[in-house]
Amino acid sequence: MYNYTNFDKEFVAERAVQFRDQVQRRIDGSLTEDEFRPLRLMNGLYMLLHAYMLRVAIPYGTLSATQMRALADVADTWDKGYAHFSTRQNVQFHWPQLQDVPDILEALAAVDMHAIQTSGSCIRSVTADHFAGVAADEFEDPRPTAEFVRQWSTDHPEFAFLPRKFKFAVTGSENDRAVTKFHDIGLKLVRNATGAPGYEVSVGGGLGRTPMIGKLLREFLPRADLLPYMEAILQVYNQIGRRDNKYKARIKITLHEHGIEDIRRRVEESFAFQRTRFDGVDQDIFSRIQDDFEAPLYKQASTDEYAKARESNPLFRAFTDTNVHAHKNSDFAIVTVSLKAHGATPGDASSAQMRVLADIAEKWSLDELRVSHEQNIILPHVHKGDLPVVYDALQAAKLATANIGLISDVIACPGMDYCDLATARSINVAQGIATRFDELKLEHDIGHLKVKISGCINACGHHHVGHIGILGLEKSGIESYQITLGGDGTETAAIGKIIGPGFKADEIIPAVERLITVYLELRLDASETFLITFRRLGPSPFKTALYPAKEKHHAA
Amino acid sequence: MKNETPLNVITANDLLSGEVVYLTASGKWSPEHSNAILFDETVMANARLVEVQSSDNSIVGAYLAGATQGINLAPSPVHFREIFRTKGPSNRALGKQTQSA
Repeated sequence: MYNYTNFDKEFVAERAVQFRDQVQRRIDGSLTEDEFRPLRLMNGLYMLLHAYMLRVAIPYGTLSATQMRALADVADTWDKGYAHFSTRQNVQFHWPQLQDVPDILEALAAVDMHAIQTSGSCIRSVTADHFAGVAADEFEDPRPTAEFVRQWSTDHPEFAFLPRKFKFAVTGSENDRAVTKFHDIGLKLVRNATGAPGYEVSVGGGLGRTPMIGKLLREFLPRADLLPYMEAILQVYNQIGRRDNKYKARIKITLHEHGIEDIRRRVEESFAFQRTRFDGVDQDIFSRIQDDFEAPLYKQASTDEYAKARESNPLFRAFTDTNVHAHKNSDFAIVTVSLKAHGATPGDASSAQMRVLADIAEKWSLDELRVSHEQNIILPHVHKGDLPVVYDALQAAKLATANIGLISDVIACPGMDYCDLATARSINVAQGIATRFDELKLEHDIGHLKVKISGCINACGHHHVGHIGILGLEKSGIESYQITLGGDGTETAAIGKIIGPGFKADEIIPAVERLITVYLELRLDASETFLITFRRLGPSPFKTALYPAKEKHHAA
Repeated sequence: MKNETPLNVITANDLLSGEVVYLTASGKWSPEHSNAILFDETVMANARLVEVQSSDNSIVGAYLAGATQGINLAPSPVHFREIFRTKGPSNRALGKQTQSA
């Protein structure tokens, strides 16, 4: 993991002190809300429906056990005993009081954490593959690059007031678990023909009201050119990105309006100058960062207990079938801990669960945890021989739900239960789907299926890239849910297609059930996933299943 | 939020706690929707809104929210968003719903 330097520690501590002063001036009336709002947003403090919300950065989703415990302490001391892990690998507290936020930031700074750039029109917290550095299929560890971009973008004076927010994601694997094609800039670590390290750079991806797949800007960018090239992209965007209409201000619209060729020409022109400003100090810093991400020393021990437990315990076997992924070291495993117990709120963890996760990480995962954008927690380094005891510890804390990648592993934004922008709830739909398919005992038979739910057009729940996407809207004064099908956030990126009119809250779960029934009827065999079946057959049979009465009516 | 009903209350969030509050006839803020002053005329409601937005330091984000006159002539919310704001989240027993019991 990255180790904070004294400079980093002083920086986050200083920001907490500054914010204490700003809060005091807001409370005593020296600052109006209009004056205070940009200051609080720069520190991740929003006003939502029922209370403030503090969004804390977890850069590229990486946490130590100590940091996870500190988050649990924040939840108990200043919030309501739980935290919500978000679809951007961050964590949110939904009930802080304004006067307590400086204390929270001080407590976070003490464990090298902060809420800087988790809001506002700036470069937001950088995300990466949640299996970074450990996945068996990984080409190269994306974390040093993610940390490098984080340091460069933090408090960058030129990019503190962009036309709109700006999001980076980094992957080092062909299997894109970081949704890089739907970020403002997506970086994929690659090598050129001579084996030199560099990046494939895509730009202009995004979800929201105008979903777009990122376009390839540079097939190969040498590693040493990363920062000058990023400066060039941001500089072009800062100059020509629209500021007249916030719905047209993201770089995806700039790209759409100007075209990739024009943007590439402008970026290359700017890059030619930017390149001269970087004299190699950046590469020294990158090299120092890389040292912090050296592979840990993995213990050598017997994996017999793993094989035995799989033989004797069917629940353990089911858990390891779904929640364990291949590690670079074949004696180790990556464990994904589901925060989606059937009927639970996706992404929520109680302070007690957070402490259990911290303890497990400390004992059995080399002191490290990850937060996935799919709102689960990863234990990245578990020795296979320790898996049975880790499973028992998770089960005791109700954290052993065996559903990763299945229909109940829904991602959902907080929706109208918390968010002031929401047009409908989303958590209730996620709970309803998980509970219904658990009752039917069908989810393991259904297999790999990504359901993603957003409570408004801003798409924090990534519904456009759900195999089944659900968007909550308001229609005639009630909640209405629109279904999209065939979305895909991975390397085979696709935007889901709207299938037809929306469903009322009490109709949406039966509608999803009809989709699943027709999928199970039509798939070639159990290995053909919902997404592949949809791609093979197109929307027609699914549309018929969703709107049976209307189809008959049209046919008549 | 689009608001077509002529009856309105003025609502906001409390500066310190963030709790949902409603402007009352006395000019103070109440956590109870039923205590809100009901405006039956939009010009008047907007004038009062501008006044609290510019001079009241104890609240954040004041706006007009449509309401109806319920039993005992007390106002009650119309839109489901405003109904949620009088209760709290539906996935957890937190917020106002735990206080009014």
